[in-house]
Amino acid sequence: MIEDPRTLKAIKNLESPRSVYLVVSSKGGVGKTTVSTLLALVSSIEGHSTGLLDLDFVNPSTHIILGLDPRVIKYEEEKGVKPYMVLDNLYYFTIVSYTMDNPIALRGGDASNALWEILAIVRWNNVENLYIDTPPGIGDEHLDILYRLRRIVKPIVVATPSRLALRSIDRLVDILREMGYGEILFIENMGNGLLRSYAIEKKLIYTGFIPYISEIEESIGSIEKLLKSDLLSYVKTIYKNLRGFTRG
Amino acid sequence: MVHEWALAEAIVLYIENQGVKRGRRLVVKTGALQSIDREVLEFALRMLIKEHGLELGEIEIVEEEPLLKCRNCGYEWRLDPSSMSQDVRESIHFLPESIYAYYRCPRCGSIDFEIVKGRGISEIRVEDHD
Repeated sequence: MIEDPRTLKAIKNLESPRSVYLVVSSKGGVGKTTVSTLLALVSSIEGHSTGLLDLDFVNPSTHIILGLDPRVIKYEEEKGVKPYMVLDNLYYFTIVSYTMDNPIALRGGDASNALWEILAIVRWNNVENLYIDTPPGIGDEHLDILYRLRRIVKPIVVATPSRLALRSIDRLVDILREMGYGEILFIENMGNGLLRSYAIEKKLIYTGFIPYISEIEESIGSIEKLLKSDLLSYVKTIYKNLRGFTRG
Repeated sequence: MVHEWALAEAIVLYIENQGVKRGRRLVVKTGALQSIDREVLEFALRMLIKEHGLELGEIEIVEEEPLLKCRNCGYEWRLDPSSMSQDVRESIHFLPESIYAYYRCPRCGSIDFEIVKGRGISEIRVEDHD
């Protein structure tokens, strides 16, 4: 076969949402998964039909933040797979419902195969905003999406105010620019606004910061607590700032 | 209509993207690991072929037996999806890579093995097309 037929179906599936945000970071531990999940929660409570897709196959953890047992996450089948409805407006897909949270170690080819299979079979046709959480670094999953779905996805880079994280982000931004991404959205996590000047210098679109609040740990696993968290007002600001940027 | 519909749509989009409109026969090779329901896939293909205005005559769906190979000790083995529990089979049906959550090399116990063949759709061929 000249190309993978699943990519064509994936493109069709992802053309439905108004915005498809790919949440990325070249550095682990910057809170990318928490940010993706909170953005999806905020989007849904703001009244928009929202999708959250966890593409971290080796270490999926959005279900832990949402407090969902893998056994309760079930997908309906209708011309593909319909994501699981977490809230009225929040639709969710993660592989843990298939792996039952057992560890899996995927090499590059397997990760790509899993990625295209999921993007081809999961339907997001009723969703306005889709947030895709990705594993740290730039691996096959990122390259597949960033190259093949360039006109569909909007990258959001998450960083913390740490010199190590920023050096790593510099490289990631260079790669994104090489790929042709002009508008790159930026979120400062566990910070206080210091990275605004960094973002301006790097010509990134600074959408806001989320401070470090130790109580977040107690909110992990409870949507109710997350929605009452002090972090939410910061996430709402970022959500609003993202809204003008919809496509790659 | 189930998961097979999404795969059928991918196949038809692929054929269309190749610029093929007519052909005598469509041959699709699927991996047995994915436990595709051939009747459902064929039905979905016929519906979508018509919907997309294609004329492809016969449809042949060929199933490829799965072959796994351990990257640690080199052992190769076959796996019969009908021997799996219902839950595991269903997980692998939707996402063949789920196999890594449930299986190990039967000889050395390694989790580092590969699906050599029989995973999913590996061939789409339209014979005598114009």
